[in-house]
Amino acid sequence: MDFLIESVLKVAVVFGVLLGSVAYTTLLERKFLGRLQVRHGPNRAGPFGLLQPLADGLKFFFKEDIVPANVDKPVFILAPVIALVPAICIVAVIPFGDSVTIFGREVKMHITDMNVAVLYILGLSGIGAYGAMLGGWASNNKYGLIGAMRSGAQTISYELAMGMTLVSIIMMSGSLSLTKIVAGQTFYWNIFFQPVAFVLFIIAGLAEINRTPFDMPEAEAELACGFNIEYSSMKFALFFMAEYAHMISLAAITVCLFLGGWNLPFGWEVPFVPKIFWFIAKVFLLIVFFIWERGTFPRLRYDQIMNLGWKWLMPIAIVNMLVTGVVMTLIG
Amino acid sequence: MAETKNMIVNMGPQHPATHGVLRLVLELDGETVVDVIPHLGHLHRGIEKLAEHKTYHQALTLTDRMDYTGALINNLGYCLAVEKLLDIEGEIPDRANVLRVCLSELQRIAGHLLWLATHALDIGAMTMLFYCFREREIIHDLLEEVTGARLTPSFIRVGGLADDINDKFITKTTDFIKKFPSRVDEYELMLTHNPIWRKRINGIGIISQEDCISYAITGPVLRAAGVSYDIRKAQPYSGYESYDFEIPTGTTGDVYDRYTVRLTEMRQSTRIVEQALDRLADGPVMLDDFRYTPPPKEDVYNSIEGLIRHFKLMSAGYKAPEGEVYMSVEGTKGELGYYLVSDGSENPYRFRVRPPCFINLQALKDMSVGHMVADVIAVIGSLDIVLGEIDR
Repeated sequence: MDFLIESVLKVAVVFGVLLGSVAYTTLLERKFLGRLQVRHGPNRAGPFGLLQPLADGLKFFFKEDIVPANVDKPVFILAPVIALVPAICIVAVIPFGDSVTIFGREVKMHITDMNVAVLYILGLSGIGAYGAMLGGWASNNKYGLIGAMRSGAQTISYELAMGMTLVSIIMMSGSLSLTKIVAGQTFYWNIFFQPVAFVLFIIAGLAEINRTPFDMPEAEAELACGFNIEYSSMKFALFFMAEYAHMISLAAITVCLFLGGWNLPFGWEVPFVPKIFWFIAKVFLLIVFFIWERGTFPRLRYDQIMNLGWKWLMPIAIVNMLVTGVVMTLIG
Repeated sequence: MAETKNMIVNMGPQHPATHGVLRLVLELDGETVVDVIPHLGHLHRGIEKLAEHKTYHQALTLTDRMDYTGALINNLGYCLAVEKLLDIEGEIPDRANVLRVCLSELQRIAGHLLWLATHALDIGAMTMLFYCFREREIIHDLLEEVTGARLTPSFIRVGGLADDINDKFITKTTDFIKKFPSRVDEYELMLTHNPIWRKRINGIGIISQEDCISYAITGPVLRAAGVSYDIRKAQPYSGYESYDFEIPTGTTGDVYDRYTVRLTEMRQSTRIVEQALDRLADGPVMLDDFRYTPPPKEDVYNSIEGLIRHFKLMSAGYKAPEGEVYMSVEGTKGELGYYLVSDGSENPYRFRVRPPCFINLQALKDMSVGHMVADVIAVIGSLDIVLGEIDR
C-alpha cells in the first residue's frame, strides 16, 4: 500500500513538474531567443512575462477547434495525443537524483528503475514520430503530407544512428538501466570517454525531436508549418507541448547518459546542495544550448539531412562502437 | 503496378516565403521540382494606367508604391525621365544631385538589408532578420528625418528635391556609415562562415551569362553570373561617373554568388554615401524654373506671383513637350526604366515601367527545375522580388 501511494505521488509530482517546465520552457525559449535577436521577448503578461505560458494556454483553449472537411477524423484527433504521450512517458524512467529520506522513508528519485530503460526510450521516441506522421497524413493537405513524409524518413534515419551511439555507452556501463548508467559515472562522466558519441547523440537527438537545423517536418518557410498546418486550438497546443516535452526529455536523457546525471565530475561534492540541483542545472544548460543553436543555424535541406544521417552519423557511430569494443577488450 | 503521378502543389499567394502575393504552381516528383508556373497579378493596382490621368507631378507618388523597398530610387528614375522629357536634365543643382546619390544609396542599403533579412529567414536563419532590421531601422529613421516618411517618401522631385536636409541628418549618417561595415562583417560571420548556409545556397539556381542576357536579366542577378553591368557605370546619371566605387561580380551565377554580390554592394554603397557627404556643398536643392518647379515657400506665402505660380503648378501642372523618353536607373533589383510618351498635355500619354523584378522572375523556372522544394524558396529569395513592382 505504501508503495502504491509513494508511486502515485511520485507520478503526480513528476507529471506536474514536467508540464510546468514544458510551459516555462516555451517562455525561456522566447525570452532567450528574443535576447539573441536584439529584442525583448514576451514581457506584457505578468512580471518578465511570467504569466505568458498561462495566457497562451488560455488562448489555445478558447480558440475554435477546426476539423477540416475530408480529414481522416479518428487519426486526425488521435495524432496530437500520439505525439504527446510518449514524450511524457519517457520521463518515467529518468532518475533525477539519488534517494532522499522523507518522513523516515527512503524515497528513490525516479518513478521506476526499468532494467531496459534505454530500449524503452528508443521505442517511445520512435512512437512519438508517428504523431507528426499520422497528423500530416490525416489532415488531407499536401503540405501536411510532405511534412509527414519528411518526419517519417528523418526519424527512421536518425533513430538508427542514435541507437548505434547508445550501444557504446551500454557496453561501457554494462547495463540498460539509466540508474545504473548514472551510478557508474560518479567519478568520470561518460562524455570524457565518449566525446564522439556525445556529439553524435546530440545531433541525432536534435533531428529526432525535429529541432533547427533539422526542423524539416515543419520548415515554416517552404511547408508553411508542415504536418501541423491544419491543426488549431488545443490540438495544435498538444503538438506544441509534445515538441517541448521531447526537448526536455532529450536533455534529461543526455544528462543521464553522458553528463553524469546528478553527479559532479571527479567525485566532487558540494555540501548542502541536494544532488537533484545538479541534474536540473545540467538539463537547463542543455535546453539553453538547444535554444541558442536554434537562434544561430539556418535550416538544412531534406536531402542534406538524409545524407548527414546515413553517410556520416551512421558510419561514425558504428566505428565508434567498434573502437569502444576493441579498446575495452584490450584494457580488459 | 499502380500508376504514379506527380503532385501539384499550390504555393501562395498566401505563403510565408513567396515574398508577398506571388502564387506558384509547383509540380513535384517527391520533393524534386519538375515544373514551376508563377501566377501574377494579385497585387495589380493599375499604376501605369493611373499615371496617365495624373499630372507629371502627381504621378510621382505612384512610383513609391511599386518597389516599396527602394522608393527613393523609383522617385529618382521617374524624375530623371521627366527631366529628360522637359529637357532640363543638365540644370539640376549640384547639391541636389549629390543628395540624390546619397539618398538612393542609403535606400539601396535598406533594400538589400530587407532582402538579406527575408532571404536568411527563408533558409531558416531567423536571427539574421532581426540584425538586418536593426540597421534598416536606422536608415529608415534617417530617411524619415529628411523626407518625413519611412516607406513612401516621394521626396525626389522633378527639378531637384522637395526640401533641404538638416545637419542632424549628416551627423547621423556619418555615424551610420562608420559603423555599418562592421555590421556587414557580423552578417558574414553569421552566414558566410556558416557551413550549413553555404551548403544550402552553393550551386543552387545557377543561370549562365548567356541566359541572363537573353532573358534581359539585370541587377545583382546578372552581376552574379559574371557580367559587369551596372547602369551607374554604364549610363551614369546624377553624377555617378564621378564617384569611386566597384561593381562586384560573381562567377557561377548561383544563389551564393547573388548573396555575396549583394553583400559587397552594401559595402560599396557605404563608400558612395561617404563620398557624397564629403562633397556636399551649399547651394539650392531645387531648380528655379518658373515653368516646372514650384517657388520657395517664402515666395508662396509672401508674394502674389509666387502664390499664383505655385497654385498653377500644383493644380493644372505643366505641359511637357511632345515626344518620348526612356530613362533608366540602377534600382536595388536591377535596371529600373521609365518610358514616357507625351502628347504635349499635362499628363503622360503613356507611362510604362521596365520593372526589374518582373523580368528577373522569368528565370525562376530555369533556376529551380531539378532542385528541391526548399531550393525554390532559396531561389525566390535570391531573385529579390517585390510584388508591388511585378504587378504594379
